[in-house]
Amino acid sequence: MAQTVAQPTTSSTAVPAKLPIGAIVPWAVFFGVLMLVLLYFVGAEQGATSLLSGEGVHEWVHDARHLLGFPCH
Amino acid sequence: MTPAICSASPATDSGEEAYPRMNSATVRNLLVRGMLAGLVAGLAALVVAYFLGEPRVDQAIAFEEAHAHEHGGEELFSRTLQSTAGLSTGVLVYGVAFGGIAALAYCFALGRIGRFGPRASALLLAVAGLVAVYVVPFLKYPANPPAVGDPDTLNQRTALFFLMIVLSVLLTVGTVILGKRLAPRLGNWNATLAAGAFFVLVVGLAYAFLPSFNEVPEHFPAALLWQYRLAALAVQVTLWTAFGLVFGLLAERQLAPKPAERSAGAGNRPTPVAH
Repeated sequence: MAQTVAQPTTSSTAVPAKLPIGAIVPWAVFFGVLMLVLLYFVGAEQGATSLLSGEGVHEWVHDARHLLGFPCH
Repeated sequence: MTPAICSASPATDSGEEAYPRMNSATVRNLLVRGMLAGLVAGLAALVVAYFLGEPRVDQAIAFEEAHAHEHGGEELFSRTLQSTAGLSTGVLVYGVAFGGIAALAYCFALGRIGRFGPRASALLLAVAGLVAVYVVPFLKYPANPPAVGDPDTLNQRTALFFLMIVLSVLLTVGTVILGKRLAPRLGNWNATLAAGAFFVLVVGLAYAFLPSFNEVPEHFPAALLWQYRLAALAVQVTLWTAFGLVFGLLAERQLAPKPAERSAGAGNRPTPVAH
């Protein structure tokens, strides 16, 4: 019992407390959707589906789309 | 302020004493650091993509142009712009987006996946992310250079690629939960083996039943295709490894009390510091 107070510097053995689910969910929903929209524009916009007309987005991220493994054309 | 959580947490476990109070502000701080780590990881991946990937993209485009039946009209951006600014935009946005998602997943995983500290948890999450988001879909639907792939099947290939990512991520989460459930009965080693076997079995079933595509044109150099796919894999390994290491460092600094605060407050009772 006394040892735990004597050696507080070894943080590698300490397991972090759990974050309450209720505190995570609002962030996860809002930013999760935002991040997925970003990924959609990098990975699929003006390929299989188009929200914007033209080829600008597709052509601009063309090389990234190929090298990140998305089907491009 | 949630005084109930605040007063209850220090008494529960001796290990938890090393970490300050966890709440919504912690999630925000971790999210910001995740996106930052994703940006740094994206920069590292960009270097690999530019030096290993771009030469193969150019070779593939050269093959495409030599074998094209008709020319596709005027290009919007020059190749130079596509291979520098365009590539950077795509890879960095990808890094930031997955950094943010991984940080949110980290908030759920922290303290729930076993006795791992902040850095080890971050690295484990990054490895899981690499396997779930990239390696498992890649083995079924590998990255293709320009000139490979039939435009007529693009819709189907895109849908299947994203489906494979979703399936793989859900399966990975399921595998972790299964492993945790089995651990009390089988022990950590056997529970991990059993959950891993379950993962491989389901992935194998998905590979067997989902449609495959072989759209490599005749006379496309096999060595080029192999090198291109290795480069694409190297980009992702770099991205996720760099993310795991950088985010782990940032998360540990964020979660552990600052050394200055600790030494300064060593004599008196540690008071929770609002961030």
